[in-house]
Amino acid sequence: MTTLLRGGRVIDPSQKIDDVMDVLIEGNRIAATGRNLVEDAKGRKKDPGLTVIDVRGKLVVPGLIDIHTHLREPGYEYKETVESGCEAAVAGGFTSIACMPNTNPVNDNRSVTEFILRQAQKAGLATVYPIAAVSRGSEGKALTEFGDLKEAGAAGFSDDGRPVMHAGLMKRALEYAHSLDLPVVAHCEDWQLSKGGLMNEGLVSTELGMPGIPTISEDIMVMRDILIAEYVGTSVHICHVSSAGAVRILRQARERGVRVTAETAPQYLLLTDEALKGFDTSCKVNPPLRSAEDVAAVRAGLRDGTIEVIASDHAPHSAIEKEVEFEYAASGMVGLETSLGLSWKLVEEGVLTPSELIARMTVNAARVLRIPKGTLKKGADADVTVIDPKKTWTVDVRAFRSKSRNSPFNGWKLPVKAVLTIVGGEIKYSEL
Amino acid sequence: MKLARKDLLGIQDLSVEEINLVLDTADSFIDVSTREIKKVPTLRGVTVVNLFYEPSTRTRTSFEIAAKRLSADTINIATSTSSVVKGETFIDTARNLEAMNPDIIVLRHSAAGSPHMLSRAVRQSVINAGDGAHEHPTQALLDMMTMREKKKRLAGLRVAIVGDIAHSRVARSNIYGLTKMGATVSVGGPITMMPRFIERLGVEVHYKLEDAIRNADIIMMLRVQLERQDTNLFPTLREYARYYCLNRKNIGAAKDDVLIMHPGPMNRGVEISPEVADGPYSVILEQVTNGVAVRMALLYLLSGGKS
Repeated sequence: MTTLLRGGRVIDPSQKIDDVMDVLIEGNRIAATGRNLVEDAKGRKKDPGLTVIDVRGKLVVPGLIDIHTHLREPGYEYKETVESGCEAAVAGGFTSIACMPNTNPVNDNRSVTEFILRQAQKAGLATVYPIAAVSRGSEGKALTEFGDLKEAGAAGFSDDGRPVMHAGLMKRALEYAHSLDLPVVAHCEDWQLSKGGLMNEGLVSTELGMPGIPTISEDIMVMRDILIAEYVGTSVHICHVSSAGAVRILRQARERGVRVTAETAPQYLLLTDEALKGFDTSCKVNPPLRSAEDVAAVRAGLRDGTIEVIASDHAPHSAIEKEVEFEYAASGMVGLETSLGLSWKLVEEGVLTPSELIARMTVNAARVLRIPKGTLKKGADADVTVIDPKKTWTVDVRAFRSKSRNSPFNGWKLPVKAVLTIVGGEIKYSEL
Repeated sequence: MKLARKDLLGIQDLSVEEINLVLDTADSFIDVSTREIKKVPTLRGVTVVNLFYEPSTRTRTSFEIAAKRLSADTINIATSTSSVVKGETFIDTARNLEAMNPDIIVLRHSAAGSPHMLSRAVRQSVINAGDGAHEHPTQALLDMMTMREKKKRLAGLRVAIVGDIAHSRVARSNIYGLTKMGATVSVGGPITMMPRFIERLGVEVHYKLEDAIRNADIIMMLRVQLERQDTNLFPTLREYARYYCLNRKNIGAAKDDVLIMHPGPMNRGVEISPEVADGPYSVILEQVTNGVAVRMALLYLLSGGKS
């Protein structure tokens, strides 16, 4: 099958392209990117399968990549399944997603990794990259079988949600993953400092009388993991950066050449701890929503490239976890369907150019995961997202494809929408 | 006059006028409790549910007596913990209660913000009887009522609050109320018990007891929660008592006619010495008496208060 996306504004940061042109897809590959491909295509030997899609006025970008999601299967299928998560992904413009191992059982062995990949294949929507656990049961004690997991299809390692408190184990994990050329993605939180905390420690937690999570619980672990990576000479990826201190530490580390990468998420760019004032459990997330100063620093870090990836940290929870007292509520918010629209607010506000934003949601994410995605280069997998830059829409959690509704952004007006999502040359989502 | 609001969730969102209205109304209810027949028909047919997720004798009894003196029907629900009984959420519980059509729900809960969540889920009035370390508005109102009664004013008073400010809902509600009413509040205690940026709430912060209570008109001593000994907030009870126990000697730093308050229950010999707790400056039992009047006033005002 041959498809031509005609006349869109192609933004492909991997090739530094931002221009009006066509994208030609043949089978599951990008065949060409350029002007007047219609004529080229017409000039070929007659291809009865050529489908022309008019995308004038739209943005054509490499398929979006979300390197931090939770698909909840196996074990918590009432919150999300691989299939419902992938439906949410393609509706949000994502063609590739990495899913964290905090399922039940934990993804700490080949059979769980293979199961997730099988479910993803059955769903046949987005490409799923399972992140396997660093430690068995994510208990922070003994390493999982990294090699066997890699062979089974694991794309990296993390004990996300459960920080690796044992520095010695983290050192071993970084070393061992390095030898397999897979990333370790670190949820940075010192449990001794964050223990019992429910929200960012600051003026708002003081006003609300809620136990706080100090920014230093994040900063100290970011620093620790950077120092370990620097010492052993490997890379490390820092998850969901939320604090000004972490941004500063990251910036200094990069200046001296440490191979550290980092992500943040829309909630850390758009919300502060002031949002907690109504005790809305959909605002409970880990790391917590921080102060306005932290948000400003995270934005600055995203802008100057200290933080090069935007992830969603899509974390579905049901009413059982969220319609309870704030203290007992689970942490996390869904994000796959809102991530692009929310992130685009930074373009509107002049923090990022469209190309810079797309880089942080495509090629930069692909580099962290070391996957051949996030590009429209000839021969690449035909993963393409078409964005309507004029389609404003209002978030309605009831309309989510995700099984869960836990979003603090319900009712927000978002500036853009993914309107066509192509994975491996096949249309997986369309509202054109 | 009535309170133009559905709920009483905290002092932070009350205006000076509303606080005055509650205190004035409470004053007018004082005599009901001293009559021979301690009952008026004001709230006949009104159902008050006391929903207590945290053990409390004093506050629950006070609310129950207040409701009964106004002829309301009261139901007490004491439940040990709500922490996620599989399948039923706090909101489910709220909706079940709502379906039984009570008029006012009084909620005590160990988790901050629970009354706010309840108030959003039900159409009934919700009164916060203490939520975690957040607010305890009826306590602050009865404290202010007692101060006003004894000192004839709130504006210009110097009030010291001493103890574990970080974990105290009483401290927060009093800070919000007293600063609104024009009093000067100073908080005292070990630095580990001071929440971050507390000074931004408009209070003076002191780490020495004598400094905190200097020239105070009122000293409010907070209960040390003995279970916090293990969290390194202070090294030992002995050391805490040595530096923060209000006694006959250090009380000299305050004004001569200082009043001593305590939200109870007291640890005699820890935060307050017996001779001070039971001495002439103590208005601790008047606080309890006024608590009934304040709660009567609130039940009345929130039920739409025809006078």
